Amino acid sequence: MDPTLFSTLVMLAVVLLFLMPSAAVTVYAERRVSAFIQNRYGPNRVGPMGLFQPFADVIKLFLKEDIIPTGANRFLYTLAPMIPVTTAVITVGVIPFSEHVYIADLNIGVLYLLAVASLSVYGVTLAGWASNSKYSLLGGLRAAAQMISYELPMGVALASVILFAGSLSVLDIVNSQDIWWNIFRNPIGFVIFTVAVFAEANRTPFDLVEAEQELVGGFHTEYSSMKFGTFFLAEYMHVVIGSMLITTFFFGGYHLPFAGYWLPEMSVLAKSILDIFVFIAKTVFWVFVFIWVRWTIPRFKYNQLMRLGWTRMLPIAILNFAVLAVILYYL
Amino acid sequence: MDTEHFISKKRPSFFPDHQEAIYKSLEDKHATVEVDKSDPLSTRMTLNMGPQHPATHGVLRVLMELDGESITKCRLDTGYLHRGIEKMAENKTYQEFMPYTDRMDYLSPYSNNVALCLAVERIAKIESPERANYIRMICSELSRISSHLLWLGTMIMDAGAISFFIWTFREREKIYDIFDEVAGHRFTVSHSRIGGINNDLTPVAVEKIRKFIREFPDELKGWHKLLDRNRIFVDRNDGVGAIGHEDAIDIGLTGPALRATGIAYDIRKFEPYLHYDQIDFEVPTRTEGDNLARYYCRMEEMAESIRIIEQCFDKMPKSGPVRVDDAKKAYPSKDEVYYSMEGLIHDFLMTDTGVCPPEGAEAYHAVEAPKGELGFYIQSDGTGHPWRLKIKSPSFSNLQGLETVLDGEMVADTVVIIGGMDPVMGDSDK
Repeated sequence: MDPTLFSTLVMLAVVLLFLMPSAAVTVYAERRVSAFIQNRYGPNRVGPMGLFQPFADVIKLFLKEDIIPTGANRFLYTLAPMIPVTTAVITVGVIPFSEHVYIADLNIGVLYLLAVASLSVYGVTLAGWASNSKYSLLGGLRAAAQMISYELPMGVALASVILFAGSLSVLDIVNSQDIWWNIFRNPIGFVIFTVAVFAEANRTPFDLVEAEQELVGGFHTEYSSMKFGTFFLAEYMHVVIGSMLITTFFFGGYHLPFAGYWLPEMSVLAKSILDIFVFIAKTVFWVFVFIWVRWTIPRFKYNQLMRLGWTRMLPIAILNFAVLAVILYYL
Repeated sequence: MDTEHFISKKRPSFFPDHQEAIYKSLEDKHATVEVDKSDPLSTRMTLNMGPQHPATHGVLRVLMELDGESITKCRLDTGYLHRGIEKMAENKTYQEFMPYTDRMDYLSPYSNNVALCLAVERIAKIESPERANYIRMICSELSRISSHLLWLGTMIMDAGAISFFIWTFREREKIYDIFDEVAGHRFTVSHSRIGGINNDLTPVAVEKIRKFIREFPDELKGWHKLLDRNRIFVDRNDGVGAIGHEDAIDIGLTGPALRATGIAYDIRKFEPYLHYDQIDFEVPTRTEGDNLARYYCRMEEMAESIRIIEQCFDKMPKSGPVRVDDAKKAYPSKDEVYYSMEGLIHDFLMTDTGVCPPEGAEAYHAVEAPKGELGFYIQSDGTGHPWRLKIKSPSFSNLQGLETVLDGEMVADTVVIIGGMDPVMGDSDK
């Protein structure tokens, strides 16, 4: 077998086995962290410190009755939950976990990421439309509008990142941050990208797609059993993926702070292990931020969200891009 | 957008005539002004929110006609929690009716008890002792804080910040513990009695209340810090659900919803009952009439309540009777009942016949409940049962404003505005 293909397959298996449980762990983390924010204990009965709670949750979801509402479009209704999970999983394809550990180093990795990220909205919108419920429909439509508005600032923010790297390859972008992380070189881009990632992951304050209060769950109101579980899983996978993206593009990826100055040369194995740990630590930090934000602040209204996206973030992102481009050109 | 497939051709099975009538009334609302009936993009949709909906505070039902995300018009349907409390009163003695009042506005049962007692005391011309009145005031203010805390938690939860609900509930838990100590019940207290209260405050209860009023202002300050300058929270509430003071009076809003429109109407000031005339307190008022104004009004009212409780402790007589010592007007004390024949007979008589106001007498007494003017109107036929008892409940009045306020807002505002109006369906539907 071709060695590149073999290593890619191995990596793929490892990453899948890592990403799927990471969503479960994130669910557990969310429940615990939210509990501590709210002066509660959270799940602490199933297993040591409640660590097996995600398994209990998933088993419960599997055993629930799977209901397809009357009047629903059965094909789309069943297809919809698979889309967000798929897009979340294939995003990992171009994220480098270390200088030597990655599935693929596409020379157009950033474009690939943007393309895949915009696919996940289909799942939500189709779910909303196919459910034959007005609440779901409103949720699905909100999702479509929200994704379109936040794709643009996200793309422009990424463009300003590409200015520094001079390459569309994600690996090159990370390696361009070995001394100065992009968060220091491009703070405005960082803020815009983070906000856009929050919006893409449908997390508070941008969770009006599912808005438990007014839309009673939005696009997944009518879903039950593992179909709902898949949406649930996809949401947390998007949280993890979002954290990885922020880490990769702005938080130096697998680089320690200012690593280019002081980190000695190491063997491939040692460097890979160190890199992976650094990468995971940063991802965990961002997952924590996701959870922290969710349990602290209220959510936007639909029109406020649109206004923020189109009249604030997009102009600022473009301006940021132009200014950085001029500075870099004359530097 | 194709919404055709949502329309069900089946006739509703639950009260079909009522169901059809209310959809018809939604269609007819503003029908005279509406000329353009065409909807080329098919963006109009009728959304039925409630009665089973997590954010309509119980079983409120709102029918809305949506144009995309904004509400073009709406209709309310109340009455899903109607239990016929007013009719039940006609077959109870006044004292027996008290536990039913707990279940009206179940977030501030003490205010309801006091409102009933004061109305009965007015019609039967009973003077309750001073110490009892002060204890009633303290507990009413505590229940005001408790009710406002629930409003704060749920309103902000409706806006999307879920943790807040739990933080306010931690404080409410302390108030429940206080009521447990004061009345023996945490939730439905039924502590007030006609002609006084059931029992004096225990030293433990006094200590708990003092501890609460010492610690609560800091908590309140923390919430102000968290919310007052929170951009999202202010954006969600500023200018949302605004109503002018003239409309507010026409509709008959009461309580904080009225005071937020700039009318400083507080029955504790205008028609002082108990000993509110001897207490120095402010009536928080705002002029904007929107949800943010209601927020500030209620938050400041909680601070005022703490002030009132402090003054009550200073001014109340250190000891004394807590119930009228007149067997024709109030229950005798339990000591008397257990150890003397007369006491036992009086107890039986009170339970069986009860307080008998003069024949043909009628009285209305309103108190400033947390949600607004809560009034009991009683007509007596000379027996121990009211001939007719009418309750003017604040939630019902405030809900009337909701239809006006919701038109033109957005779907996401619905829950926030309902939260801001703070209806309790048990109070509204009775």
